[in-house]
Amino acid sequence: MPLQSLDITRRSATTTPSPSQRQTEEVAKLIDTTKCIGCKACQVACMEWNDTRDAIGDNHGVYDNPMDLTENSWTVMRYSEVETDRGLEWLIRKDGCMHCADPGCLKACPAPGAIVQYSNGIVDFHEENCIGCGYCIAGCPFNVPRLSKKDSKVYKCTLCSDRVAVGLEPACVKTCPTGAIVFGSKEDMAHHAEGRIADLKERGFANAGLYDPAGVGGTHVMYVLHHADQPELYHGLPKDPSISPLVSLWKGVTKPLALFGLGLTVLAGFFHYVTVGPKEVDEETESS
Amino acid sequence: MTNHWVDIKNANVVMVMGGNAAEAHPCGFKWVTEAKAHNHAKFIVVDPRFTRSASVADFYAPIRTGTDIAFLGGVIHYLIANDKIQHEYVKAYTDASFIVREDFKFEDGLFSGYDAAKRKYDKASWMYEMGDDGYAKVDPTLENPRCVFNLMKQHYARYTPEVVSNICGTPKDAFLKVCETLATTAAPDKTLTILYALGWTQHSTGSQMIRTAAMLQLLLGNVGMAGGGVNALRGHSNIQGLTDLGLLSNLLPGYMTLPGETETDYQTYIDKRAFKPLRPGQLSYWQNYPKFHVSLMKAWFGAAATKENNWCFDWLPKLDKVYDVLQVFDLMYQGKMNGYFCQGFNPIGSFPNKAKIGGALAKLKYLVVIDPLATDTSCFWENHGEFNDVKSAEIQTEVFRLPSTCFAEENGSLTNSGRWLQWHYKGAEPPGDAKPDTDIIAGIFLKLRELYRKEGGAFPDPILNLTWPYKIPHAPSAEELAMEYNGRALEDLTDPKDPTKVILKKGQQLDGFAQLKDDGSTACGCWLFSGAWTEKGNLMARRDNSDPSGLGNTLNWAFAWPANRRVLYNRASLDPAGKPWDPKRKLIGWDGAKWGGADVPDFKLDVPPGDPMNPFIMNPEGVARLFAVDKMAEGPFPEHYEPFETPIDTNPLHPKVISNPAARVFKGDMEAFGKAKDYPYAGTTYRLTEHFHFWTKHTKLSSILQPEQFVEIGEELAKEKGIQAGDRVKVSSNRGHIKAVAVVTKRIKALQVNGKTVHHVGVPIHWGFKGVAKNGYIANTLTPFVGDANVQTPEFKSFLVDIEKEKS
Repeated sequence: MPLQSLDITRRSATTTPSPSQRQTEEVAKLIDTTKCIGCKACQVACMEWNDTRDAIGDNHGVYDNPMDLTENSWTVMRYSEVETDRGLEWLIRKDGCMHCADPGCLKACPAPGAIVQYSNGIVDFHEENCIGCGYCIAGCPFNVPRLSKKDSKVYKCTLCSDRVAVGLEPACVKTCPTGAIVFGSKEDMAHHAEGRIADLKERGFANAGLYDPAGVGGTHVMYVLHHADQPELYHGLPKDPSISPLVSLWKGVTKPLALFGLGLTVLAGFFHYVTVGPKEVDEETESS
Repeated sequence: MTNHWVDIKNANVVMVMGGNAAEAHPCGFKWVTEAKAHNHAKFIVVDPRFTRSASVADFYAPIRTGTDIAFLGGVIHYLIANDKIQHEYVKAYTDASFIVREDFKFEDGLFSGYDAAKRKYDKASWMYEMGDDGYAKVDPTLENPRCVFNLMKQHYARYTPEVVSNICGTPKDAFLKVCETLATTAAPDKTLTILYALGWTQHSTGSQMIRTAAMLQLLLGNVGMAGGGVNALRGHSNIQGLTDLGLLSNLLPGYMTLPGETETDYQTYIDKRAFKPLRPGQLSYWQNYPKFHVSLMKAWFGAAATKENNWCFDWLPKLDKVYDVLQVFDLMYQGKMNGYFCQGFNPIGSFPNKAKIGGALAKLKYLVVIDPLATDTSCFWENHGEFNDVKSAEIQTEVFRLPSTCFAEENGSLTNSGRWLQWHYKGAEPPGDAKPDTDIIAGIFLKLRELYRKEGGAFPDPILNLTWPYKIPHAPSAEELAMEYNGRALEDLTDPKDPTKVILKKGQQLDGFAQLKDDGSTACGCWLFSGAWTEKGNLMARRDNSDPSGLGNTLNWAFAWPANRRVLYNRASLDPAGKPWDPKRKLIGWDGAKWGGADVPDFKLDVPPGDPMNPFIMNPEGVARLFAVDKMAEGPFPEHYEPFETPIDTNPLHPKVISNPAARVFKGDMEAFGKAKDYPYAGTTYRLTEHFHFWTKHTKLSSILQPEQFVEIGEELAKEKGIQAGDRVKVSSNRGHIKAVAVVTKRIKALQVNGKTVHHVGVPIHWGFKGVAKNGYIANTLTPFVGDANVQTPEFKSFLVDIEKEKS
């Protein structure tokens, strides 16, 4: 359900105008990779607040665990060992939804209201409207949304929209022991980042900078990077992310055709039901 | 910690060595981040592995495990050779000028007085020259070749950068860079804080590693200063409280000590501990020992403790030796101990050489485990395949499991690393039949007392006369116990300066340990905690974080021992004339009549600046010791000794004395040490941030984050052995093997040591055969059964292993 305390400015596959009565400040989460110690407390806080539990998996020869984002792990730490001119560095990045100002997922989504963007910039999935087509996954320049095998719906970080709506910071921010994750207005966060970048430059990180990529209109999750000139060092953070041209294609030309196809499928299903009756599972199949 | 967590923010340089604060103490590590962000602090990490701490450091230097004394001794050499010491501080506040006895010597790796057969020293020569006036002789010009400063200079002259690099494997330029950064804090207005943990304590030379760090800090003038000190980061929320309350087998509460078996005379026992000043005008605070001791005995035995019976001195056990955990398990292994109470403890996981621990437990008649969890120890008799392959039918030990509450299920105080006693409240009801530990112990005590009453027994007096004043005898409350350790007046107490003035009425809570008496008119369960629960109430529950000085000393937040003091030795933050070394770090000041200020003064309140009384009031010298006299087992100056299992088979400093000559080694354990020809790699165990010891393998969330046992090796070693990240490997020591997944990393580099390439194999400890995480081997299957020569903390950090890819 949309939160009444958050205005929705954009809604997938919807043409109804958005509310514009209230003015909201744009928010942002700033992740300072240079302060992050990779403790994974944010992963725990995320699972606890959102009531998800990933599987107890295996060790794959690295510190990363779970190994990738999943429908239950909406954030994971990515550890990269890189050799730079400073010698060995262990770059640790908290990965998850970037909450793009121009969200590729929302643009790609054919299901009305399954993906929304609030006026504060948070991009949220409303799974009850999700049809499990996975187009948002293709639309995401950061490879974030994950399709659940259990309910065929897609999940990702909500930026704790439920907490933010009532004036609380996201759970990961609250738990971060070193203050590597901070939250506030996007303007304040950019200002905070400036101070951090100045400190890093003083410590010899000449290319320290803020990651707020223009290709997706900027993001509401930003990074302070020691090496802002090489975001790829951080476990392949894209240098110039942009929405796949396929999304525009789908939106422009293909969508009506596809919707037509989708409609046909639904109709075919309906006729199948009317003529053949509901699909029944025989006892033998069920017990096997 | 000499200082406290928040105080780290005041440092100019932070060094993490012998620890991994970001990983093992992530919450406290916040203050390192603060120091960096708001104090432009430089952060240095020295460790065999490039840790998560190193990932946010300004500079990282690798070091071979177990060689920290060589490294720090080298820093001492550097500071002296390059004249980077805080001269005024060293002259005024250390024993640099004290003259050492002529017969004290150090030759070929041994100090004077060594008895090879007993592996012990006669420490008589490790002492200052004493004058006819009964005080130690000094030479304030530091010209006497026998003064501590010159002996120290000579001792560490051997520790050149080349020697350090050769022993530690630290590249010379990296070592020198660390030296240069630390040396910047010799300036009176700059401080270094050193943060360490089990990476120093868990060596056969652990205590001396910490001492070397303390000496370094003294030479830099950083002890007693805001943002300075030598700071032990404790590994458990209340392990500081455990040591404070004297739960180690040779201690009484408040770091008083049990008598030895020859100390049968009360007065001799007291005199030996109530140190007389070694220099004129010194406070030598331990002279108050009888007050602390008598008040303790009054708290324990009430009216039964009288002057006539020496306050029940005869009831105290007299130790023939120290019964540390290694000793206890060795006795158990020999079949000389047949019952064991194991409270909040998982010895089969936590102690070295699992085969020996398991074998010892199997020889018990009974084992009582008091714990919230079904620990591996409580199930040591269960067969868990390769992880615990025992023959259950052959184990006759009867195991009683008494479920206890978890800390969040009871009220009480936790003493943190910074010595703060912080009160906490019950957050949830305990599950099932779980009871607080106090209720369980009370139940056992009451039953025992009943049996002694009924049946007499060999020595019923201490049991029958133990005070038990709790409202509900089988459930003493945390509040009652806290009031008991604070202490109370047993008679009306009067002002020593005006005997007509009553300052406390009979029965009232004491204001602090300054009010304790040695005449039986006060009772106090732990003098060090006195002041925590006074007539004003529970000061541990205070939550006012106002910080008027900005130095983070929040005096109205909880209670810090001793006397609510936040920075120990804070009188040393000012010069002898009372002027702060750094006006921005003014902890205390003299107002013309008394000391006061942003912290509770660590000094006699009415002794003015310029008085001969010096700041290190607990030492009879009044100053800090660069020369430890007879306090340490293996020598007054820390010396580098190799781990008992060394990858280089020698000690480059003195090949005839390789490992700690004063460390205790039990019969049979010497033979169980491995040699480098069979086990060529330096093994070391440690913790991961995702887990807490052996607890969190029982919790789902932590197990999701680190599900499965692994070991870490560097890329060079992996290549040599044909191991790839994710392969299963077998790691063996002379005591057994474990199997785990290999993490192959750039973060562990091969080191060049004494002409040899040394590889490390890192072994995180958190797995076992009980819990929800993937079952694994007990890491301490690998570790050797030997401890630090002074306190017997096992050498978990340095041992030898071999590694091979598991044949599938």
